[in-house]
Amino acid sequence: MGHSMRRKEDARFIQGKGQYVDDIKLPEMLYMDIVRSPFAYAKITNINIEKAMALPGVLAVITGKDLEQYNLHWMPTLMSDTQMVLPVDTVMYQSQEVAAVIATERYIAADAVELVEVEYEPMQPVMDPYKAMEADAPVLRIDKEGKTDNHIWHWEAGDKEATDRIFDDAEVKVKEQMHIPRIHVASIETCGCVANYDKVNNHLTMYMTTQAPHAIRTVIALVAGHVGLTEEKVRVISPDIGGGFGGKVPVYPGYVIAIAASFLIGKPVKWIEDRSENLQADSFARDYHITAEMAGTKDGKILATRFKLLCDHGYTDAAANPSKFPTGLFSICTGSYDYGHSYAEADAVYTNKPPGGVAYRCSFRVTEAVHAIERITDCYAQEINKDPAQLRFDNFINKDQFPYKSALGWEYDSGDYHQGLQKAMEVVGYDDLRKEQAEKRARGELMGIGISTFTEIVGAGPSREFDILGIKMFDSAEIRVHPTGKAIARFGTKSQGQGHETTYAQIVAEELGIPAEHIQVEEGDTDTAPYGLGTYASRSTPTAGAAAAIASRKLREKAKKIAAYLLEVSEEDLEWEPGKFFVKGAPDKAKTIQEIVFAAYTNHPQGMEAGFEATHYYDPPNLTFPSGAYICVVDIDKETGEVKVRRFVAIDDCGHIINPMIVQGQVHGGLTQGLAPALYEELIYDEEGNILNGTFMDYLVPTAVESPSWETGHTVTPSPHHPIGAKGVGESPTVGAPPAIVNAVVDALSHLGVTHMEIPITAPKVWKILKEKGAL
Amino acid sequence: MKEITVTVNGVEHTLEVDPRLLLVHLIRENLSLTGTHIGCDTSNCGACTILLDGKSIKSCTVFAVQVNGKNIATVEGLAADGLHPLQEGFKETHGLHCGFCTPGMLMRAVELLEKNPNPTEEEIRWGISGNLCRCTGYNNIVRAIQYAAAKMRGDELPVTDPEFV
Repeated sequence: MGHSMRRKEDARFIQGKGQYVDDIKLPEMLYMDIVRSPFAYAKITNINIEKAMALPGVLAVITGKDLEQYNLHWMPTLMSDTQMVLPVDTVMYQSQEVAAVIATERYIAADAVELVEVEYEPMQPVMDPYKAMEADAPVLRIDKEGKTDNHIWHWEAGDKEATDRIFDDAEVKVKEQMHIPRIHVASIETCGCVANYDKVNNHLTMYMTTQAPHAIRTVIALVAGHVGLTEEKVRVISPDIGGGFGGKVPVYPGYVIAIAASFLIGKPVKWIEDRSENLQADSFARDYHITAEMAGTKDGKILATRFKLLCDHGYTDAAANPSKFPTGLFSICTGSYDYGHSYAEADAVYTNKPPGGVAYRCSFRVTEAVHAIERITDCYAQEINKDPAQLRFDNFINKDQFPYKSALGWEYDSGDYHQGLQKAMEVVGYDDLRKEQAEKRARGELMGIGISTFTEIVGAGPSREFDILGIKMFDSAEIRVHPTGKAIARFGTKSQGQGHETTYAQIVAEELGIPAEHIQVEEGDTDTAPYGLGTYASRSTPTAGAAAAIASRKLREKAKKIAAYLLEVSEEDLEWEPGKFFVKGAPDKAKTIQEIVFAAYTNHPQGMEAGFEATHYYDPPNLTFPSGAYICVVDIDKETGEVKVRRFVAIDDCGHIINPMIVQGQVHGGLTQGLAPALYEELIYDEEGNILNGTFMDYLVPTAVESPSWETGHTVTPSPHHPIGAKGVGESPTVGAPPAIVNAVVDALSHLGVTHMEIPITAPKVWKILKEKGAL
Repeated sequence: MKEITVTVNGVEHTLEVDPRLLLVHLIRENLSLTGTHIGCDTSNCGACTILLDGKSIKSCTVFAVQVNGKNIATVEGLAADGLHPLQEGFKETHGLHCGFCTPGMLMRAVELLEKNPNPTEEEIRWGISGNLCRCTGYNNIVRAIQYAAAKMRGDELPVTDPEFV
């Protein structure tokens, strides 16, 4: 623990020997390609497959009507809504799957896609979520019996009346409208699969880009059990994954069509989507319209917050949240501050956009919540003309108040927010920067300093509240130590770059005293790994990491019994130090863990079960609450409006750190995925439902040039309930960075009367404001 | 179909290819060298970067027939034995997470260091700006290339443990 061990998985990746899904090649494998809709909303009047079928090498063209015969044309979403696998008569968004071509070669399949003739009757799509909520809006989901509007669900939390009363009487009230735009995870590997149905043995092996292979196996069995694919006949293998970030949690139609095709044809079928398909059709993230309000005193004491959300889910709610949490964990929106009242409400709405939204590097809508609270806190500071750092210090929950019950009901496990912000201010040189800013402002130059001091909520989650489609959100570890003292450890999670093969090995090594180099970590194969809910929402270390520690401790208990037997002493006489048990007061009388394990197979005590393995399914008692203090310094080019992040200091607190190198790497990556929506990324649609930036030509993923050199550090406030005091870290930076950047830009422009900027803060947006304010 | 002869990682291959076959598919499908990846369809991401006669190019934008008689190097051929200094640098400084962009980054960096053995941070950042990484935030890719540059020049190696205090 605490050691920057170099990653065990790197050897294959740096030598081109990773095994990603598109690298899988099976005998007689066929290729699938998908015909997609050019319209956002249209009736399908005819599909002519004759020309496509006439192309040599084409085996099948599958349409919704074909799937309808097997009742496979619709599927459930993780939020218990319904999604088309292939449409029978209506398309609901541009680039929706319309038909699938199966051919002997990739290029032939692509050719055949062009030969499928689809006739459409376009209709006027509903793109604006506010208009979709109006009484006279056309009802989009007419497939749902009795549906008379586009409303999906209503959610609320907190005491509305008490909160309203505080707002009514408050000295100071601030209110801001914010849109957290639709964005895309854009992992460099797109989604895909190889479905391999073996007719003789009635068995499906599904290689797919999934972050949650076990849950997928259960879903396949629930959906396709009626055609014989019961759960023991399904094996899901998630090979190396080229980035997931939440985008590889949902079940996309392409996966289901590939399974259906392999099932019908009896040969392996590969489907790999293009980047454009990935950006245009796979689940988006965010797209929350938020009205945030804060009430406080004139001298800067926060008294209450209110949040009203409109959540644009596209044509179906295909979010990947725990089932009982339609807005995910948005209710973390009360933030790092100590005040008594908050009320939040949300309405979700259907529009003619792709379905979603996924928890993109974010523990279920925490990004939206943190943006709202950290922005409105700055609005409040600006309103009462108080330094935003001081305002935060004056309102932080004190470290001796933990466990802290938030106004919306969460029990924060631990934190030391003052320490984090203090450290960030020292590292960045806050006071000097404020002086520099004043000097520059006097010279007419634009420079801003922005702060974000967020609290995350990760590690879903306790089974009393957390499940996905009824399956509780525990996670698991199974450790098997071989006679020679080397181990294999398997987990229900699935790394997509987070370095599990190293981190988990380090946890087991720490607990069991076997060198991490001798511990092989495996994930992603449902035939071998214990059941778990997968990797997303920064949950792997909080859940499966905890399971690794507890399974190791179970083994240590067994080791103690064997050591006592071998040393002919009682267990009470033994003491543990990493790697061996020794007799108290006689350190020479000892047995190493390797000797003990060997005895478990060769000389175990009579009556004891032979072998040396343990499994643990860990059900966390609470979530963990990592936190961070981020400070961003921006310079704005007055001529162009371009925002340049000059410095960004991130101080994270994720409890005890297992591998500092990996944690820091996660922070770097997450910060860049926070920079991206703050300044560059947004999926843009026109009124006709056309996506305007559906390729990497025009959807700007930051390169090394846009990305600043991140400055990182940490504080350690262990989680009191986690077996090794760890909290999870992957998502903190994605969540915490955007408001720090926006706050810095607004700070740079505040003297011009600017109080808010919508993300992404592009150069034209800033330039327009400068022009309007006469500052050019 | 057209016959081409191409040398890949020092081995000569003669193949019959469809004139429209992309070089990246020749490498991945016909030669089964799957270390070269595909991450986009607009030649923006750089995951398919290889060396063509020593120059880094995006193999998704070149037809297989265009490399007739030429020399190709992919990540699999980077080091004859052990690790290339760049591979070592990426591992030592945590320059990769998921590993999907890594082969392209490595091949791009080979040419970058050949042309500029002692690049500044800014030169490295501009030099790899045709290659996208979604995981690392680039800090450690820059360090990995600096590490390799130092090693290839025979200079003292930079500290590789993270500054994370």
